[in-house]
Amino acid sequence: MAVDIKIVEEAKRPLSMNPRKFGLWLFMATVVMLFGAWTSAYIVKRGDMGWSEIILPDLFWVNTGVILISSGTMVWAVRAARRDVAEQLKIAVGITTVLGIAFLIGQLLAFDQMVALHEHFTGGPVSHSFVYVLSGAHGLHVISGVIVLVIALVAALRGRIHRGNMDTLEMCATYWHFLGVLWLYLFVFLLLNK
Amino acid sequence: MATTDIHIHQDVHHHGDGHDHDHDHEHHGGNFWTTYIFSEDHKIIGKQFLITGIFWALLGGSLSVIFRLQLGFPDMNLEWLKPILGGWITPEGKLDPEFYLALVTMHGTIMVFFVLTAGLSGTFSNFLIPLQIGARDMASGFMNMLSYWFFFASSVLMFISLFLETGPAAGGWTVYPPLSALPQAIKGSGLGMTLWLVAMALFIVSSLLGSINYISTVINMRTRGMSFTRLPLTIWAFFFTAIIGILSFPVLFAAALLLIFDRSFGTSFYLSDIYIGGEALAHDGGSPVLFQHLFWFLGHPEVYIVLLPALGISSEIIATNSRKPIFGYKAMIGSMLFIAILSFIVWAHHMFVTGMNPFLGSIFMLLTLIIAVPSAVKIFNYVTTLWKGNIVFTPGMLFSIGLVSFFLTGGITGIFLGNSAIDIQLHDTYFVVAHFHLVMGSASFFGMLAGIYHWFPKMFGRMMNERLGQIHFWITFIGVYMVFFPMHYIGIAGFPRRYYSWTNFETFSGFADLNMLVSLAAILTLAAQFIFLFNFFYSIWRGRLAPANPWNANTLEWTTPRNPGHGNWPGEIPAVYRWPYDYSKPGAKDDFIPQTIPFSETPESNLPHETELIKLESTSGDDIIIQGGKLEGNH
Repeated sequence: MAVDIKIVEEAKRPLSMNPRKFGLWLFMATVVMLFGAWTSAYIVKRGDMGWSEIILPDLFWVNTGVILISSGTMVWAVRAARRDVAEQLKIAVGITTVLGIAFLIGQLLAFDQMVALHEHFTGGPVSHSFVYVLSGAHGLHVISGVIVLVIALVAALRGRIHRGNMDTLEMCATYWHFLGVLWLYLFVFLLLNK
Repeated sequence: MATTDIHIHQDVHHHGDGHDHDHDHEHHGGNFWTTYIFSEDHKIIGKQFLITGIFWALLGGSLSVIFRLQLGFPDMNLEWLKPILGGWITPEGKLDPEFYLALVTMHGTIMVFFVLTAGLSGTFSNFLIPLQIGARDMASGFMNMLSYWFFFASSVLMFISLFLETGPAAGGWTVYPPLSALPQAIKGSGLGMTLWLVAMALFIVSSLLGSINYISTVINMRTRGMSFTRLPLTIWAFFFTAIIGILSFPVLFAAALLLIFDRSFGTSFYLSDIYIGGEALAHDGGSPVLFQHLFWFLGHPEVYIVLLPALGISSEIIATNSRKPIFGYKAMIGSMLFIAILSFIVWAHHMFVTGMNPFLGSIFMLLTLIIAVPSAVKIFNYVTTLWKGNIVFTPGMLFSIGLVSFFLTGGITGIFLGNSAIDIQLHDTYFVVAHFHLVMGSASFFGMLAGIYHWFPKMFGRMMNERLGQIHFWITFIGVYMVFFPMHYIGIAGFPRRYYSWTNFETFSGFADLNMLVSLAAILTLAAQFIFLFNFFYSIWRGRLAPANPWNANTLEWTTPRNPGHGNWPGEIPAVYRWPYDYSKPGAKDDFIPQTIPFSETPESNLPHETELIKLESTSGDDIIIQGGKLEGNH
């Protein structure tokens, strides 16, 4: 092998970040576009003749509270992991997971309330269908969020989340806060555009 | 801080120094299944997309020839197609009119999505992004593999739908409700449409997985020195394409899901006031125009998802084969960015005649016409790159120049159609068909062929036959113009598209001979593709062995071994010191300087600001970093 010595200028290392975290942000962008499309369609439809006003189930208020609190416990979990307090971390992720499941059950009960109000997915006015589509599609994303939470919980219980290994928890937290904000957006949107 | 490196290296940049012996050893011991089928290697996945895309292109092209037979020769006896089409040929030897609509629908769906989106972006984004930015593989090889297999599953469903008794989807590739929503309306809106929707949902998942990977890779996995202003234009084009995909495909998903609810669950998002046999349907309060808004919010960006990769590929090939730097590198990037942004705010020009507010129509018209500006910038830059170049007419170059020609010819008719007033006359006529087949269909298809000819040596380590490539080009180029140019006249005369036959109206019998010419040209063009197919498959196994850098190009993929293994570079990933378009630089020894050559090695050709760069880096010679012969990995 010919060894030659050359003096060359240094090639600068380009800016880069964790590709997995970056991928998560891109995924969230696709979810934003999905719900953006539906809420835009909702506004267009609402401008048409024959729009029937919706009555939102009371449980939506409760569920909004639940998912907001769960975002709080998520923040607690990340802080605990940064300070390497394993016990608090486990409790915080555990509570967040339970609240996530509670939110899902709450949404199902809210559908029952809507049925009791004679607001059905099919057969009625489009406005009612829209509420089911928006909250149902959000619910499906929350299911994926709960799965991510369970993965993080298992990792926390096995002691694999600590100050030096935050990626899983940070990505979990980003996604969970995103789902909370998404629900808040949908709820406020529905309240303002009954 | 001084950052002068002393590299003791084993010739990282060997251009044309005859590394011809087979470097084919796999770096991981995989069996046949993990190497070729469930591969996570970006090069294999790219080839999988390519082969599947070629299959679909052949099928989509054949469908178009079948319906061209009906249009060009309405009195022809098609009995001989019975072995293939079976019951779709009526006892009188005619094409079943509903099957004609299914053919048109499937031709559009297959060509737009399966060939020019998955086949083009899937092939070249996967194959070229890691090779040209200097990465070992994609950001997530697993997601990349999933992307292909979602596409494969989608392909299988769409293919199965062709063999249903009620036929595949037949409501046009835009699947407007209520036609697509009601099985009572047309046979194809039954199970065929259901399969179409499921297949497209899988396709969207595949496309999003791919796009997330492409963006993530381009931003985070570039090699040392590969700043954004040193990226080849191909990478810029794939990057913008992926961003457009991420922002627009979810909207199609939203539209399709609501259509699924309307069809299968009984909601009324798109349906209202429909009477069948005097009976009103239960659906009430929906709006079919809503679907058009959602659909075209994807549908228009989709045009650029199809076109931008082809424009990127041709930029690269035209600069390389003109032996000149691309004219206006930053203007090229800027115009692609501008096109990408505009693509999201022009969708309603597809809907001028839906009864929209004329004032809104003029806003969309204005935005639409502005697209002519960045498009013209691109054409100008192509021509000025070619101007006074030492042009090498490789097949890849011919197809790239063909692309520029189609882009111009088809683009000009876009200015007609973008006018909301003229569109009233031209809407849904063959003028529209001619327009988009030239500007988006043929241009992108030529970009894809150009890319295959140009990167075939890197994909398969062998050369394609140049003579056959040139014959393929000339027949296809002339054939395409013979197919689509007459359609402008047919369209201006008022012939509507998607009609099975015009023979019932005396007015429309005038263009029978022109339609016959179009059909003959279509058959000729399809036949020419078999020259390509032969050349492609023959060269994979029997072609001339490719040299390391057959086109004397500057980009990084040509610094890999002839058949790059998993990980692309056997040693360290080369660093990048300059932009990719240093062709025919005054004073340089060769007419090309690869990106891996530092400025300090080319004092004879450096421009003043490039010499500055060397000085900046070596202000004090105190801490010289000596790196060993085996340099540490990139990560």
